[in-house]
Amino acid sequence: MEKRELICIGCPMGCPLTVELEGGEVISVTGHTCKRGDVYARKEVTNPTRIVTSTVKVLEGKADMVSVKTREDIPKGKIFDCVRALKDVTVKAPVHIGDVIVPDIAGTGVDMVATKQVL
Amino acid sequence: MTMYDVIIIGAGVAGSSSARELSRYQVRACVLEKDEDVCCGTSKANSAIVHAGYDADEGSLMAKLNVQGNQMMEELSKELDFPFKRCGSLVVCLSQEDLPGLQALHNRGVKNGVKDLQIILDKEKIHQLEPNLTDEVAGVLYAPTAGIVCPFNMNIAMAENACTNGVEFRFNTEVQKIQKIAGGWQLTTSTGTYEARCVVNAAGVYADRFHNMVSDKKIHITPRRGDYCLLDKSAGRHVEHTIFALPNKYGKGVLVTPTVHGNLLVGPTAIDIEDKESTATTREGLDELISKAGMNVKNLPMRQVITSFAGLRAHEDGHEFIIGEVEGAEGFIDCAGIESPGLTSAPAIGKMVAEILREKLDLQPDPDFQGTRKGILNPATLTMEERNALIREKPAYGNIICRCEMVTEGEILDAIHRPLGARSLDGVKRRTRAGMGRCQAGFCSPRTMEILARELGMSMFDITKSGGASRLVVGTNKDQI
Amino acid sequence: MKSYDIVIIGGGPAGLAAAVSARKEGIESILILERDKELGGILNQCIHNGFGLHTFKEELTRPEYAGRFIDQVLELGIEYKLHTMVMDIQADKVVTAMNREEGMFQIQAGAVILAMGCRERSRGALNIPGYRPAGIYSAGTAQRLVNMEGFMPGREVVILGSGDIGLIMARRMTLEGARVKVVAELMPYSGGLKRNIVQCLDDYGIPLKLSHTVVEVKGKERLEGITLAQVDEKNRPIPGTEEEYSCDTLLLSVGLIPENELSGGMGVDMNPVTSGPRVNERMETSIEGVFACGNVLHVHDLVDFVSEEAAAAGRNAARYIRNGKAESKGHVVTLNPVQGVRYTVPCTIDPEKMDDTQIVRFRVGNVYKKCTIGVYFDEELIISRKRPVVAPGEMEEIKLEKAKLLQYPDLKTITIKIEEA
Repeated sequence: MEKRELICIGCPMGCPLTVELEGGEVISVTGHTCKRGDVYARKEVTNPTRIVTSTVKVLEGKADMVSVKTREDIPKGKIFDCVRALKDVTVKAPVHIGDVIVPDIAGTGVDMVATKQVL
Repeated sequence: MTMYDVIIIGAGVAGSSSARELSRYQVRACVLEKDEDVCCGTSKANSAIVHAGYDADEGSLMAKLNVQGNQMMEELSKELDFPFKRCGSLVVCLSQEDLPGLQALHNRGVKNGVKDLQIILDKEKIHQLEPNLTDEVAGVLYAPTAGIVCPFNMNIAMAENACTNGVEFRFNTEVQKIQKIAGGWQLTTSTGTYEARCVVNAAGVYADRFHNMVSDKKIHITPRRGDYCLLDKSAGRHVEHTIFALPNKYGKGVLVTPTVHGNLLVGPTAIDIEDKESTATTREGLDELISKAGMNVKNLPMRQVITSFAGLRAHEDGHEFIIGEVEGAEGFIDCAGIESPGLTSAPAIGKMVAEILREKLDLQPDPDFQGTRKGILNPATLTMEERNALIREKPAYGNIICRCEMVTEGEILDAIHRPLGARSLDGVKRRTRAGMGRCQAGFCSPRTMEILARELGMSMFDITKSGGASRLVVGTNKDQI
Repeated sequence: MKSYDIVIIGGGPAGLAAAVSARKEGIESILILERDKELGGILNQCIHNGFGLHTFKEELTRPEYAGRFIDQVLELGIEYKLHTMVMDIQADKVVTAMNREEGMFQIQAGAVILAMGCRERSRGALNIPGYRPAGIYSAGTAQRLVNMEGFMPGREVVILGSGDIGLIMARRMTLEGARVKVVAELMPYSGGLKRNIVQCLDDYGIPLKLSHTVVEVKGKERLEGITLAQVDEKNRPIPGTEEEYSCDTLLLSVGLIPENELSGGMGVDMNPVTSGPRVNERMETSIEGVFACGNVLHVHDLVDFVSEEAAAAGRNAARYIRNGKAESKGHVVTLNPVQGVRYTVPCTIDPEKMDDTQIVRFRVGNVYKKCTIGVYFDEELIISRKRPVVAPGEMEEIKLEKAKLLQYPDLKTITIKIEEA
């Protein structure tokens, strides 16, 4: 049996989690305060994912940059592919919160969306 | 090639004062400065004190120019509109056995012509004058004529006024070689060759280098580093006078003084070094300040330090101002060894240098000389009505850029666009105080950078902290992935 | 002179939440004064996610979080002025402000809510020796340059201080193509949230060196490198532990200080521990009708708690406008933080005036493992809460029930302390 200690990133509480694995299968998760901790732990030891936030250039807007995020979390190994795919992206104002900036970013099946309004 | 009448090396306070006094005459003059702005060497990092004049030996040039400079300061500060305050100074003596030393200082001051000097031994009187002086005080030498000045604005004001009166300034121009030519001197610099009938060597810690290029009688200047701590304005009223320590068996001590802008300044250390550029503070230096500062002043709030810095004093081996034509080098005028009380003496140094040149070159007064200069308007000095009239005319005065010092965009625009205007963040800071407050430019840097880029038509990548390679941003997001 | 019932100083998360809450309590005449070009304050430049679970029950980035409140302010038609700097507030609640269009003007406020936020500690405050070259930024300044303006402050980065902004910037700079070499922390523990160490440092293999500090800064014009050294228990560098790092950028994330120039100017009583005003259970300062909330009061980790605290300030300011000074027998209980507890917000509670439940927030002064947070009504232990670990980087809270306090009519002091097992 394998034991892994994690810190939950689901919210700022940062619960210390203990995951017990047997042959790659999660047997138990302890230490979490809410359901998020359990979900996070199971994912983190099998297929870790992250939400990626970044910025892209805005043309003709009241601000030069707009903040963006992956609408959902993407595999951790795809983080750099994701920011590379944003390298030369520009958008034209107006941009609204939730607007898709890059669909299916880096082949993850997840859209990159705006998180700020720029008029 | 233009043959200048006079080339001045160095746009510090000595060079700028000389330039300004020289500009009273009909003269072709040029100031060569290795840095990007005026006031970049010793003149920008010192105690900002206008000394009364009891320190220097009787009969020395230092003593004479100190007392003269002190007497000239008030009128000059009005003519050129820079902050000066005669706050008075106290030399603190901590033990009965050192009282003769205090008396000696007093006697020397009287001989040097310092007015109104007073020794006070009554503790109660001393604490009435300065409540936060240590209870250990045995006596003080009170010099009401001592004062404090804004060294940046004094230097900038003199240079600006010289510029307005026709003196040229070349920045980022480092003098590399000086050669005698027929009728004058040729100066090889990092930006080209210049020729002049007379040269003024006001190069601060480098003045020995230039002197020694033209004379066999060598001089030697040691950069003497002084570390300082600047405290927040909330500590600015901790003392009302400049507090000096009477040198005693424990050493020289450090001074504690209010500044004209309302901060508290503690310093300097005195560490002789080799490197003429080494203005880095050291842990030992800062620790020394912290341990010594409390000797004369009680309850010093050293937790309120907002920045520390170091300056280099141009200490000549003979500890005397060397001002005059160099023997065997006709037309080469030294203005060397200008260490404390150099800032105080600067107005008198300028006069003396200009007088030497007037005689030498038979200069005639310039009827168009404009002796007054208006500084950057500080809107905080206006009534609300005046301020609103100003904002209606120039809305930039309604936009605060530096929240700590409450500096408006209007002041920054003025600093950039006036003669010899600011080209860098530090240039703006020295002229307006934007970035000099308690957050140390954390808030206003990006905003000031934008204004500089916009007004000077420069790319953000070329905006610097203080010229040269001090670029503030190096690229755009993701440009190297 | 124009007058408003409530004038709110600052349009960041605290100011916005206070405004929304005051309007929902029925106050029509509200004015928000904001110095920046948009509402939202510092949230606009902190683009990372992980907020809103508490307030909106979904995970948001900070700009999105700000967007929710800005939308409410707009929907409720609350007045605000941008690009407007408050210059001074007098104790009689005359607010002097300035902008380009209107110049300098004064407003008579019925109540004032202080919501100015905080600023970063600078290099000067640390007294790090060395040159003063370009390339040394507070983490927040770098954050603004990168996130708002799209400029890279440098390529090779060392971060001093493990505050949350520093940790977040370690990841941001990495994802924008810079190389973050190390994060050094003076204390033996991190000043930031645990999750930020995991997802901002561990994810990218950035080392965190605890009990280390910068002892030298190299480079006269642009930063060329720094020297790190380990420190002893008294935070003094240990000779022989120096390590050199070449870098062109040093980011400082060494603490935040509430920005209270205005509060101090109007004569509000300050708490030297937080550098923020002392407030009672209504978030009211020592000056009647002047309230404070958010980072101007004490520095928070999580914007959700700022909103909650600000909503209370807004609600109580509204009550003050409606009812004037709340009548009471004047029974005031003092909160007494001792033994590992550095401060509390609020500082005092009037049991009669408090809401049914009062959250008391505080920070501890050290890391304590397997400890108990003890709450004593005078000498009597009332609450004892076991915690596996508490740390200075994470704000703690306890809840007090009004019903319980009313059972103790002679109660003078509520003591909160950390008791180690």
